Parts: sequence; C-alpha cells; structure tokens
Amino acid sequence: MQYKSQAVAKPYFVAAIGLFVGQIVFGLIMGLQYVVGDFLFPALPFNVARMVHTNLLIVWLLFGFMGAAYYMVPEESETELYSPKLALAMFWVFLVAGALTIVGYLFVPYATLAQMTGNDILATMGREFLEQPLLTKIGIVVVALVFLFNISMTMLKGRKTAISMVLLLGLWGLAIFFLFSFYNPHNLVKDKYYWWWVVHLWVEGVWELILGALLAFVLIKVTGVDREVIEKWLYVIITLTLVTGIIGTGHHYYWIGAPEYWQWWGSVFSALEPIPFFAMTIFAFNMVNRRRREHPNKAATLWALGTGVMAFLGAGVWGFLHTLAPVNYYTHGSQITAAHGHMAFYGAYVMVVLTLISYAMPILRGRAANSPKAQVLEMWSFWLMTIAMVFITLFLTAAGILQVWLQRISDTPLGFMATQDQVSLFYWMREAAGVMFMIGLVVYIVSFFVKGDKVAEA
Amino acid sequence: MRPPPALPRLRAMGHDTTLTADSTPRLSGDLAVWFFILAELLAFGVFFAAYAFARMRHRELFDAGQALLDRNTGALNTILLLSGSALVVRAVQGNQRGEGRRSARWMLGAMACGLLFVGLKASEYAAAFAAGISLSSSLFHMFYLSLTFFHFMHVILGLVVLAVLWQGLRQDRYRQDANPLESGAAYWHMVDLVWLILFPLVYVIH
Repeated sequence: MQYKSQAVAKPYFVAAIGLFVGQIVFGLIMGLQYVVGDFLFPALPFNVARMVHTNLLIVWLLFGFMGAAYYMVPEESETELYSPKLALAMFWVFLVAGALTIVGYLFVPYATLAQMTGNDILATMGREFLEQPLLTKIGIVVVALVFLFNISMTMLKGRKTAISMVLLLGLWGLAIFFLFSFYNPHNLVKDKYYWWWVVHLWVEGVWELILGALLAFVLIKVTGVDREVIEKWLYVIITLTLVTGIIGTGHHYYWIGAPEYWQWWGSVFSALEPIPFFAMTIFAFNMVNRRRREHPNKAATLWALGTGVMAFLGAGVWGFLHTLAPVNYYTHGSQITAAHGHMAFYGAYVMVVLTLISYAMPILRGRAANSPKAQVLEMWSFWLMTIAMVFITLFLTAAGILQVWLQRISDTPLGFMATQDQVSLFYWMREAAGVMFMIGLVVYIVSFFVKGDKVAEA
Repeated sequence: MRPPPALPRLRAMGHDTTLTADSTPRLSGDLAVWFFILAELLAFGVFFAAYAFARMRHRELFDAGQALLDRNTGALNTILLLSGSALVVRAVQGNQRGEGRRSARWMLGAMACGLLFVGLKASEYAAAFAAGISLSSSLFHMFYLSLTFFHFMHVILGLVVLAVLWQGLRQDRYRQDANPLESGAAYWHMVDLVWLILFPLVYVIH
C-alpha cells in the first residue's frame, strides 16, 4: 500500500461483499417465488423481496465505488486522503442508514414506513429502484456530498490524472442525477421522464465513466502499459459513452407519452450504445496483450478482462436486442428486460467492483497478490458466477421470447399469469443457475480465507 | 503496377517513397481518433438508413417537406465545407514542409469557412423556427432538424479542434510530431464527408 489512508477502502469492500451476499439470498427467494407463488408469504411478499434485491444491489455497488475511489484516488493523486476520519465516519453512517432501510422494508408495511419517515412532507417513495424513505434519500445525499468533498479535496492537493478526473466526473454525475429522485411530479409522463434521469443516466451514463476509470486504473497497474496509451483509450470510450448514452435515454421514452421523435432518437442512439462497450473489451485485451510486466495477481487480470467481455454482452448485445422501438413495442417490460438487466449489472458493475477488490484487497492486507492457492479458488468463483450468470440470462431470454409470443403476438393471446405458468420450466432452470451463482459467491468469499505461500510483499 | 501520380511530388518533397517488403503503410493521425471517426460515421450511417427507411414509407410527405428547404444555402454551405477541407490539407502539407508557422493562416481560413457555415445554418434554423417548424411538425421535419443539428454540433466541435490546431501551428508545435495535426484534420474531413451525404440526401434527392 503506497498511502496509509488507502486503508479506509477495506471496510467499504467488506460491507460491499456482505451486502452482495444479502442481494443474492433475496434473489434466490424471489426466483423461487416465481414458481412457488406463496413461498414465505405473507412474511415476505414478492414485491418486498424484489425491492430488497434491487436496493441491496445499488447500495453494495455504491459501497464498492466509494471503496474503489478511496483506494484509487490517493494513489493517482500521489497524496494521502484529505480526511480518512471523515471517510470512516461516512462508512458507518451509510451502513447504518442502509441497514435500517432494509429492516424497515422487511418488518414494516411499506405504506406505514412512508408515514413514519415523512413521505407526506415530500413524496418521493413508491417508484421502482427509488423506494427509499425520504430520510434515507437525504442520508444518501449527505454521504455522497461528504464523500465527494473528501475525494475532490484529495485530488486538488495532489496530482491530477485523466483517470481520476474521469472518475470524479462520474461520481459527481452520480450525485447530481440522484437529486432527480426528489422530484416527483403529479403528471405521470413527467414523473417517468425524470425518473429515467436517475436510472438511465446512472447506469448508461455516469456509472460508465466510473467503470471506465476503474478499469483503466487496474489495467495500468497489472499491465504496466504507458499511462498515455490507456488515457487515450479512456477518452475515446467516455466520449462514445456520453454521445450514445445521453440521447439513448430516448429508448425509455417510446411508450410513456413523450413526443414521437424519441422513438427515432432513442432507437438510433441507443443502437450505438454497444460501441463503447465493444471498445472497452478491445481496450482491455489490447492492454493485457501489450503488457510490460507479469503482475503476480492473475485473478485481478481475469476479472478485468471478464468485465470487458461481459459488459459488452450484457449491456451491449442484450441491450441492443430490444432497444429498437419496433422490437420494443412487443418486448417492453418482458423477461427479456430482466435478462438484460441481470447480465448488464453483473458484467459491467458487479465485475468492475470485484476487479478493483481483487486487485486492491491483497495489497490492503499487506501483499502484492494472494497465494496461488487462493487465486485459483478466486478464479473458480469467477467462472462459477460468470457461467451461472450466462445461464440465468439465457433462461430468462428464452422465457422472455416465449412470453412475448404467447402473450403479445399469438393469434390467441394468453393473459399475463397464464403465460407465466407456461414459461415456468425456464424459471426453474433460472433458479438452478441462481444456486450455482450462490455457490460461486461462497467460493469467492472462502478464497479470502485461504492461506498459502505469499507471492510477494506489497 | 504504375505508381500513383502523387508519388513524384512526394519524392520532390523529400519523402521516402520506396516500397520495400518491410515498409508498412503509415496511418495518418491517431488510431484512437480513427476508431472514434468510424464510430461517428456509423452513428450518421444508422441515422441515414433510418431516414431512407422512413422516406420509403412516406414519400409524398418527404418530397413536400424537401421542397420547402433552401437548396441554394445548402449548396453554398457545401462549397464552404469543401473549401475548408482543402485549406486544412494545405495547412497539413505546409507543416510537412516544415512551414508550420506560415501554414497557420490556412487553418485560419478553414475556420472562417466553418464559421460561415455555422452562420448560414443558424439563419436557416431561425427561419424554420419562425415558420413554426419543430421536431413534432412532421416526420420529415423531425429528420431534417435532427440530422442537420447533429451535424451542426459536429461542425462546432470541429471548429474547436481547428482552433486548437491553429494555435499549435502558430507555435510550430507539430514539426516533430504531426500526429495531433493529422488526427484533427481527419476529424474535420469526417465532418465534411458527412455533409456531402447529408446535403443531397435531405435537400436534393427526390
């Protein structure tokens, strides 16, 4: 570890992995509820399990991003973190607020939770992914602002690199677009319109900047390729991301009551959204092929390459599959969307956070890389989780195609629930793949506790 | 095979034109920029294809909309962009001869062409908006405004690039490494090339 204050990243990473486990547990519960409808009912209704599954994902990724930034920025800026104490304090604030929110979801009826937390003062609850009570949302803003202050001050007093600038741009964007979660107009069209400014402009906009910066950082470290070369690619990738991603928001505006031109704009620009992801894949493989050193951490390199490939497949290819307005007219809100959502989140954001953890955690624990034994186990977890996710995606895609056909295209269309019965075989297979994913995650966690010969001192 | 006619001139300029087995063709400008240019061309290409697809299904609407466009301004703008590109080429050639500082004025000329294009286009938009045309007026107007505005933004970005190159030429920064100059010039040519398809497609062909 080059700078002492980088150590604050460790609790963030540990919390991220802990919440990741929670997310997968709730995913498995929900997956079962798809086929055994009254499983755990009424203790845990489907809508609550779903809310916990998606909210935990977002929260643990945010923990991961913050941990990654706390690790990366001191090293890039070549200076200690502005205030490690503030970073640790915010860690606890965020963890407690997050835990309380989840407890609230699980043990208090949602409407009561809304009453208890001042939703009547400013109504922000009840929208998908932004279900958090007002107090939690305010907490997120406070934590994000203090975090950004800390990171920005660190960068201001140190070296400014393109990679850390891109990261900072992404993180500021993340905070700024979250503010639209407080804007909840009565007009349903406007409501949806701005809701996407959080959801879409996060995952297909500013989060991609964070993704690019984190990937670039790890690639510099593990390949030793010139910073100049890596930065040039990063610039091209983020430009393409912003050009396609921002106007690509239009692919959510097809059927909500927004003007018709969005069908054209959304189709054209979002059809090009795979390009930056493709560039990222080429970039990752190119840099690893041109490597100038053999970094002992093979697992981190594997995660970095995997991020490129899986992000391209999940976000790029599976996104393109249903992004054109004439196609989306039939597939909107079907299991095809769920297939895309799963692989895109895993490939782009889960994997990049795990890449960073894989690279940084051994160093935070006082060694350049884990023992070969631990790395082999970590690589097993990589393949188990990644292959499981490929299967989850394929089964959901199959379910989606069948669903669209039975429910929306056939001459004798079935109702929603009748269709669900018809596709249950695919839901069972998805659940089996989900169990495989869980096994991969357990192997991943075990790999942290495997001893063995140290590869090298940090 | 006969050598292309440009070769004698290049030889006269002192360039090594011998084609031996190990001489690899050199890419003018940066690979990353070319990748970006190709992505841009793909974006416009998809948009043009969408235009063609929509026009096929609404021919009369498109012909009627096209008849209202000012083709003369469009033609003038084409000349301006072509002249601008020619001037950029002069600037790059000047720099190759080691006359970076002197060729800065070619770049300034290219910028003037670009600025005139922007001015003419802005007046065209002003007239269109005054006539109450918007993205929702008709499918043709949606395409007309979207395509030309998307290109308009590229001209503005291109002008920023040219301004940076102009500054660099005045300080003779590309004598050793012409890579930034060639990359920027390639980008400007892309902006020009797109217009050469856009203009006939939207303004002329019916």
